[in-house]
Amino acid sequence: MTDAAIPANVLGTLAAKFRTCPATGLKVDLAAERLIKANAVAAVVFLMIGGIFGLLVALTRWPAVHLLSSDMFYLVLTAHGLDVLLLWIIFFEIAILYFASAIILSSRIAAPRWGWVAFALMIIGGVMTNIAVLQGDSSVMFTSYPPLKAQPHFYLGLILFAVGALIGCFIFLGTLVIAKEERTYEGSIPLVTFGALTACIIAVFTIASGAIILIPTFLWSVGYISHIDTLTYKLVWWGMGHSSQQINVSAHVAIWYLIGAVTVGAKPLSEKVSRGAFLLYIFFLQLASAHHLLVEPGLSSEWKIVNTSYMMYLAVLGSMVHGMTVPGSIEAAQRKNGYTHGVFEWLRKAPWGNPAFAGMFLSLVMFGFLGGISGVILGTEQLNIMMHNTIYVPGHFHATVVTGTTLAFMAVTYLVVPLIFQRQIIWPKLARLQPYLFGLGAAGISVFMMGAGTLGVARRHWDITFPASDVMLPHGYPPMASLMMGLNGLSAILAATGGALYIAITVGSILFGKKVDASNAAASLGPMPKKIVRDAVTKYGDAGTWHLPGTYVLVALFFTTFVLYYFVNWKYLSELWPMQ
Amino acid sequence: MAIFPPQTRIWWNEPVAKAELVWIAVAFLWGLFMFFMMIYWHIYGKQNLSPVVGRIDPAVFEQRTSEFAEKFKVREEGNLGIPVAKPTAGGDAYMLARTFEWWPVLELEKGKSYKLHLSALDVQHGFSLQPINMNIQVHPGLEHIITLTPTEVGTFGVICNEYCGLGHHVMTGRIYVVEPGQGR
Ligand code: HEM
Ligand SMILES: [Cu+2]
Ligand SMILES: [Cu+2]
Repeated sequence: MTDAAIPANVLGTLAAKFRTCPATGLKVDLAAERLIKANAVAAVVFLMIGGIFGLLVALTRWPAVHLLSSDMFYLVLTAHGLDVLLLWIIFFEIAILYFASAIILSSRIAAPRWGWVAFALMIIGGVMTNIAVLQGDSSVMFTSYPPLKAQPHFYLGLILFAVGALIGCFIFLGTLVIAKEERTYEGSIPLVTFGALTACIIAVFTIASGAIILIPTFLWSVGYISHIDTLTYKLVWWGMGHSSQQINVSAHVAIWYLIGAVTVGAKPLSEKVSRGAFLLYIFFLQLASAHHLLVEPGLSSEWKIVNTSYMMYLAVLGSMVHGMTVPGSIEAAQRKNGYTHGVFEWLRKAPWGNPAFAGMFLSLVMFGFLGGISGVILGTEQLNIMMHNTIYVPGHFHATVVTGTTLAFMAVTYLVVPLIFQRQIIWPKLARLQPYLFGLGAAGISVFMMGAGTLGVARRHWDITFPASDVMLPHGYPPMASLMMGLNGLSAILAATGGALYIAITVGSILFGKKVDASNAAASLGPMPKKIVRDAVTKYGDAGTWHLPGTYVLVALFFTTFVLYYFVNWKYLSELWPMQ
Repeated sequence: MAIFPPQTRIWWNEPVAKAELVWIAVAFLWGLFMFFMMIYWHIYGKQNLSPVVGRIDPAVFEQRTSEFAEKFKVREEGNLGIPVAKPTAGGDAYMLARTFEWWPVLELEKGKSYKLHLSALDVQHGFSLQPINMNIQVHPGLEHIITLTPTEVGTFGVICNEYCGLGHHVMTGRIYVVEPGQGR
């Protein structure tokens, strides 16, 4: 063994092998690349399974269709939540962590063998939990509130999966250390990596919460512990369940910046502001568990108010800042590209035909307008009384985690396939359509579920018609509610079509796409805006050279909507029966 | 670009554009406003959930609820004969949740306040009063006491909106609200 080989062996077992990316010039560690591929493929497979379950759920909740039997419905709903929220999202996030560390920093990945151990644990855990659910004795929903009890392997699978994900997080952190020591980059880590680091830190916290609660619950399910306190369980479980949503937000915001950079050449308006906004997530995320406890007995209002608002809405502030800096950096870049006419030429002439850009911008707008605003309303202590556990809640989080996170992940796939899998996207015309189809469908399920929720429709509920033959004290929701659930079903078909298209395009491209090489690398990333002028001499996106009137208008529109909707809800609340 | 290290090494000393600062200030103040709005509503608003809560043995709660139903029963409903209890205005009312029913049915008077005691006997349930759309979580072992004042006459459904098992969707209850001094 030569001396030179030793440093490379400290964390990795074999000296790393690299290729050079023809499109970006980055050095690509082949071990990292294999891990990214494996995790991304697993993610897409679970999206497919979970997406089919989602469609079945939505069709059952459409009163005129009412597809599944009640037992099947609760089983499938449990599986849907697990497969999409945990497996799809987290497998993809692990791929993002490896990408944002090893690839973006041109570093070798830390301990690739451990990466495979992590992957194996996650697969075994995910499959084990799925089996438990499909066997039919564990229809407890993915939240598994005790004293509802699932089979032991339901919890065991989740624990194994979490351990795997935790190892993935440490590999990411280890890679950052290696990159720093081996000086693969100059100065500070790029903003995208910083966003991924935020996601990783939050992930470590949430996985710890998950372990604290799931391990005792597992022991309880096998009979070693006699009692799990229902309120404590919820408090700690949501320390994982809700805080982990901040992982998704950090990850998809990082992707917004990434896609903005690759497609239109966007630079952060201010590194300080964007990084500061990520920091706010890290500082205040732990408090979010309260969002699920606002109408619970046993917790004081003081506790609820401080926690639900993330200590005076400081994590919300983080998102509102990104909500300006992301479109702002795109506007600034487009103006530098030469699109300076009027307020919105930069937006009109953005590369809407590039599925990466289109998906990213739709994700940004819908996450803010649909998911963000409804989330703050839901998280307001008293307003929550009107929405807790109604289908407004799934409406809200399909706006965050489907139109926001999932659409952003789909968008970045159109860059990952050519860059990492080195294959061109097959069917570019259909690919161009895909983000719109899926985005529209997902927006539909969000909006219509929220609409039905304001009419009182319960979430996780097999039959909202309460026929007198089944229930002792029948009740009817207003007819509008059935209409909303029907429109939800139609939107679900649209979203499922968009989702199926995504899977077909991704899998098809990986298997049959044309190889990407130096000759076609740039073109493989999809249509880009034509640069009318050469880069202006500015260091920062904004740099005082450009005003960003379009962004100001968008932000003002967002803020007005937010404020109006906020007060409308207080008005509705004031009409409820007085209660103390 | 966001995929490369910051162009200026000492990026934390770069000036921030005014528009960004304005938006940060507006968003921050709005956050403060929303925070204080919740506190304001506790003082001046009429819809707040009570912190009056105690641990309670489900068996004890069941006992108290049946005594309550016995004492205030005005009639029975349905083929299984669910009691309808009409508590004295201003007094205590009990409703328990168990798989899969809300028990008993209550009859309240418009404009009168009641102390509603809610708890569950087995798993968690969700008290969802319709079409008012008022939703409160119900735990086994915790008693939640809410002072409630119905403001309209009618028949109101109580739905379970916390998944509580395979019969979750058949779990319904009812509250009648009548004019003061009248029955149904
Ligand atoms: C084709 C796309 C999808 C459709 C049609 C769909 C539809 C639905 C519907 C109708 C519900 C049930 C609401 C209820 O009865 O309470 C639901 C629940 C849920 N969905 Fe989706 N969904 C889709 C994709 C996704 C994705 C991509 C995610 C996550 C990334 C997701 C996460 C969830 C979660 C966490 C629940 C809650 C499960 C529970 O209450 O236990 N969905 N979905
Ligand atoms: Cu129930
Ligand atoms: Cu229930």
